[in-house]
Amino acid sequence: MTDPDQELEARRKQLGAALASKSKEEALKEPNNTGAMAGTGYALKLSSEFIAAILVGLAIGALIDKFAGTSPWGLIIFLILGFVAGILNVLRNAGLIAVSKSERGSDYKPSQVDETPAGNAWPDEEEDK
Amino acid sequence: MAGTDPIHQFQIQKWIPLELGGYDVSFTNSSAFMLATVAGASALLLFSTAGRNIIPGRLQSVSEMAYEFVATTLKDSAGPGAMKFFPLVFSLFMFVLTANLLGMIPYFFTVTSHLIVTVALSLLVMSVVVGYGFYKHGFGFLKLFVPSGVPALLVPLVVCIEIISFLSRPISLSIRLFANMLAGHITLKVFAGFVVTMSGIGATGVLGSILPLMMTVALTGLEFLVAFLQAYVFTVLTCMYLNDAIHPGH
Repeated sequence: MTDPDQELEARRKQLGAALASKSKEEALKEPNNTGAMAGTGYALKLSSEFIAAILVGLAIGALIDKFAGTSPWGLIIFLILGFVAGILNVLRNAGLIAVSKSERGSDYKPSQVDETPAGNAWPDEEEDK
Repeated sequence: MAGTDPIHQFQIQKWIPLELGGYDVSFTNSSAFMLATVAGASALLLFSTAGRNIIPGRLQSVSEMAYEFVATTLKDSAGPGAMKFFPLVFSLFMFVLTANLLGMIPYFFTVTSHLIVTVALSLLVMSVVVGYGFYKHGFGFLKLFVPSGVPALLVPLVVCIEIISFLSRPISLSIRLFANMLAGHITLKVFAGFVVTMSGIGATGVLGSILPLMMTVALTGLEFLVAFLQAYVFTVLTCMYLNDAIHPGH
């Protein structure tokens, strides 16, 4: 006669092991199966980032001109700065220049989780508690 | 041409005209579909998780997948400490996704095809990011705008560019969602309109209208993809911006 509690414990352990290996498999698979979908999103993302920065530069320039009466210099300078910021946005999103540390989340892959101990991936997590 | 006007579907109609303190607060078709979106998303989640089965049924799987999908995205891009923002991110994801999908039903109004709605959503995200950033790090949050290792002479210029880059985020976030939904629905309507006008010509027209009909069917599939994709992109970017608030440049 088997003790039902013991049997349940054994089955629970088995299930836990099966789930662990399953989720590890899925974590490795994940980066690949988003290819086509991510591509479309990527193209739209880059173009809107570029246009948005120019619009913001334009708006800031126009506001400065309006309140400081420096027309058209604020517009000219901030339009150029907006253009620069747009290029920066695009390059950053495309990963062509070093992504600023604050945006490292974008290239953080789930597959790296297994190699690094949980505490090291986010060293400043302690202060949140 | 009234039947095939591609812009007509985006018109706001006042269902119950109201005015409060000089402002027009009428209950419009947009408000009705926002309510329907919230009700639909809540009903799906409440109904599907009511059983709480250990082995999930089909509906329960849907909500569990949605939960795990958003939770993984949030943890991967903003760290485990970001889980306190999970209710916000998950609500945003479900709202955008349900609104996009409801808009795919013929004769339904697409809430997210109006810039004012998407701007409101992205300003909510940005105010949470800025508010939490200052609450948590004080003025240290402003280090976000000063990348390390820049020569002192260039700092003012770089800070200017970084601020413009930061301010452009809510704009790009909202324009992307709005433009995708608007453009997709207009394209769909234009191609469907070709079918109607071409088949009015005669036998050759009816034969020729098969081409735009095929296009319409293909575009419908694409639109469903875009509906999911844009909800996903909105969520991912929300997570990345929250990451800035939790870990400003260091």
